[in-house]
Amino acid sequence: MTEVQRHDYDVVVIGAGGAGLRAAIEARALGRRTAIVCKSLFGKAHTVMAEGGIAASMGNANPGDNWQVHFRDTMRGGKFLNNWRMAELHAQEAPDRVWELETYGALFDRTKDGKISQRNFGGHQYPRLAHVGDRTGLELIRTLQQKIVSLQQEDFAATGDYESMIKVFAECTITELLTSAPTGAPGSAGVIAGAFGYWRETGRFVVFNAPAVVLATGGIGKSFKVTSNSWEYTGDGHALALRAGANLINMEFIQFHPTGMVWPPSVKGILVTESVRGDGGVLRNSEGKRFMFDYIPEVFADNYATSEDEADRWYDDPENNRRPPELLPRDEVARAINSEVKAGRNSPHGGVLLDVSSRLPAEEIIRRLPSMHHQFKELADVDITAEPMEVGPTCHYVMGGVQIEADTAAAVGVPGLFAAGEVAGGMHGSNRLGGNSLSDLLVFGRRAGLGAAYYGIRLNGHRPAVDEAAVEAAGQRALVPFAEVAADAGPGVTGENPYTVHMELQQTMNDLVGIIRKADEMELALKKLEELAQRAARVEVEGHRQFNPGWHLALDLRNMLLVSVCVAKTALERTESRGGHTREDFPLMDAQWRNVLLVCAGATADELSVTHEDQTPMRQDLMDLLELDELKKYFTGEELAEHRARAPR
Amino acid sequence: MSYWAHLRVWRGDAEDGQLVDYPVEVNEGEVVLDIVHRLQQTEAGDLAVRWNCKAGKCGSCSAEINGRPRLLCMTRMNTFAEDEVITITPLRAFPVIRDLVTDVSYNYAKAREIPSFAPPAGLEPGEYRMQQVDVERSQEFRKCIECFLCQDTCHVVRDHEENKTAFAGPRYLMRIAELDMHPLDARDRQREAQEEHGLGYCNITKCCTEVCPEHIQITDNALIPLKERVVDRKYDPVVWLGNKILRRGDKRVR
Repeated sequence: MTEVQRHDYDVVVIGAGGAGLRAAIEARALGRRTAIVCKSLFGKAHTVMAEGGIAASMGNANPGDNWQVHFRDTMRGGKFLNNWRMAELHAQEAPDRVWELETYGALFDRTKDGKISQRNFGGHQYPRLAHVGDRTGLELIRTLQQKIVSLQQEDFAATGDYESMIKVFAECTITELLTSAPTGAPGSAGVIAGAFGYWRETGRFVVFNAPAVVLATGGIGKSFKVTSNSWEYTGDGHALALRAGANLINMEFIQFHPTGMVWPPSVKGILVTESVRGDGGVLRNSEGKRFMFDYIPEVFADNYATSEDEADRWYDDPENNRRPPELLPRDEVARAINSEVKAGRNSPHGGVLLDVSSRLPAEEIIRRLPSMHHQFKELADVDITAEPMEVGPTCHYVMGGVQIEADTAAAVGVPGLFAAGEVAGGMHGSNRLGGNSLSDLLVFGRRAGLGAAYYGIRLNGHRPAVDEAAVEAAGQRALVPFAEVAADAGPGVTGENPYTVHMELQQTMNDLVGIIRKADEMELALKKLEELAQRAARVEVEGHRQFNPGWHLALDLRNMLLVSVCVAKTALERTESRGGHTREDFPLMDAQWRNVLLVCAGATADELSVTHEDQTPMRQDLMDLLELDELKKYFTGEELAEHRARAPR
Repeated sequence: MSYWAHLRVWRGDAEDGQLVDYPVEVNEGEVVLDIVHRLQQTEAGDLAVRWNCKAGKCGSCSAEINGRPRLLCMTRMNTFAEDEVITITPLRAFPVIRDLVTDVSYNYAKAREIPSFAPPAGLEPGEYRMQQVDVERSQEFRKCIECFLCQDTCHVVRDHEENKTAFAGPRYLMRIAELDMHPLDARDRQREAQEEHGLGYCNITKCCTEVCPEHIQITDNALIPLKERVVDRKYDPVVWLGNKILRRGDKRVR
């Protein structure tokens, strides 16, 4: 095979978003030589797209807030399917992770007494989101990027080499995780030994030898047509984990953000931050009606206002009024918009109207929502201080991901593999609350960095060796798209255009495994995915290996297809509706399903299995943070036998 | 609603290249990046271009459109006449890698040379207190999406490769201003801005401000105030006398 560049590191972090950078900072702090490998330039990760804020119960805006309240909100938002230990750690550690950012140089918006300002968001009982206008993700990524640079400056002062401890390998794509060669001894195979990839710029191959790999690759949204996600979101980490022998859980749960742009067509899906609603924006249908009052589900009935008057009073007097229903969790709002559009009460371009112009003075809108103002003005010719925005649901986030141990972020089943952020599953259950993603990145990014560092330290110098046969195979596989389809492949069989296959995949997932799902449509989707996989195997690209987007897409397609099969199979299997999984044929939530995790395993679509696994029962002290009456809506009677209200201790 | 536009795109690599003409279909509401993508999907599958968010937030798709540095994702097709030839070329101040992709490593090298935020002594995490009015000045500069259009357009380096060693460029001089105005930064940055990062090269022609897609007032709010503070320091008679007597020209905290 052609020459392969080699690098040795203690920890390799794949992905340079919030989770990856925070993991790298922690691994370096423990003295581990760390590589950060990312598909884009340093500082361009998808985290920059986050707008609203970071959820952390600092209690700056309402002193009643604390980690227990945040934990409760997170579990409610996820319809109690969450990995409760992750939700607990997340709620407990988020404030420290935010305050730490200030010591790295972050500049959040302030309260009058000089603390970090916190704003309201859907599903959060108190104003909880630390923010910088509506560009919080940019602040987060830049702060972490600049922290990495400051660590590199310290290393330069100590060693004369900026990259002696942390090196960023930008525009470098990992295509396979490498495990140790099987020796026959039990447990000798399937241990992480490194990763294989290529430089986007030159197309040359690169191998990282490392005993610990942190996946921080984000989500899978590019498998859907209407999405807020960038080209990078091709499910790489999800697919890499499966091929290395790890499990994915909760893949049926996809968050459709209720408010994406719908017009013009070229920007369809681009995110409109939830802060618009958090700061007073309301949703109306074509009849001018604030329709969300008609969509308050029974489980949330106690907490949401039933009249416009009460909802409007809440902004100034949250103690004596209930919240506006526009601030229900995202899954509820997205479904409501979908129903309004289906009923024909849609805005001119097939969405609904999101209005902040009649709710806040123009200068206040520009101060609080500057990038929304800018985005609508530049891309849609809409002045949001004077007229409403047209919005509709857009594929935004995957709750499912690599099954990990909560405390260490270690992937179940593959020693040396760790996962943090969107690529990890469990934390958000069936639906993520806005603001809980940025905090998730920091809390579990740090824990994954710790986990990977300590795992490597405990190996005591016994680094697993990369299986060279796997390196050879990975190189050959990466070059397949350059080979012409054999003339004897069959009558009429020709090379496929990767862009065409990708667009058909996006249309299939959007139409058949989208926001509202039915068994026959998903069965059809699985059939189509099989056909697309066959066509993807025949993809042919023009040109050569130097910065060739057609080739890059051809390689990403393999991951998107595998992950899409996971989504379709698990969505077909779960015969209930919960959070980011809505079945038209099974519209109700079923307490019997709450305890069930659907676990995907298998390196290819053909080998993919979906098995049922019981959740670990929630610790009693956490269960007791919630009232029995609320828990009864989600749990079976048996599961609640030990609740404080039943079994006083 | 749709029409065919005449695109002229620079294709090539570090060795050689030329402008190539393409007719491409354009639909209502589209931006230049949409048209480049359509070109990739149809006629030029291997056309190299950087992009990520397609919403003006990541600063990846920087190029020059009809000679002007711009983001491809924030330039709407309806700002051109239907019969106008639209020429897209890579950023001129940086070496070409392939097609519209350039080697922007100069910027990352400069970023490393700017001393980082120096946390104030004696304040623990969670104890930072700042007023909104005080953080807003630096917040304006932190809106920067690092598209490097200002670095590309600045005449100090645009046609003067030799200045790149001594000159950090508008983006990184603004970074110094940002840290200098940070209410809790503990480092004195004014002398090094002038002596180590080339603030003196800037003669405030405002080209950087004009191309900034975030509309940051780079010249007026960052570079000029920084220059003023440097000058105040240098010609302040009390400081001058103090320096003479105490021989303490470098007041850096560490």
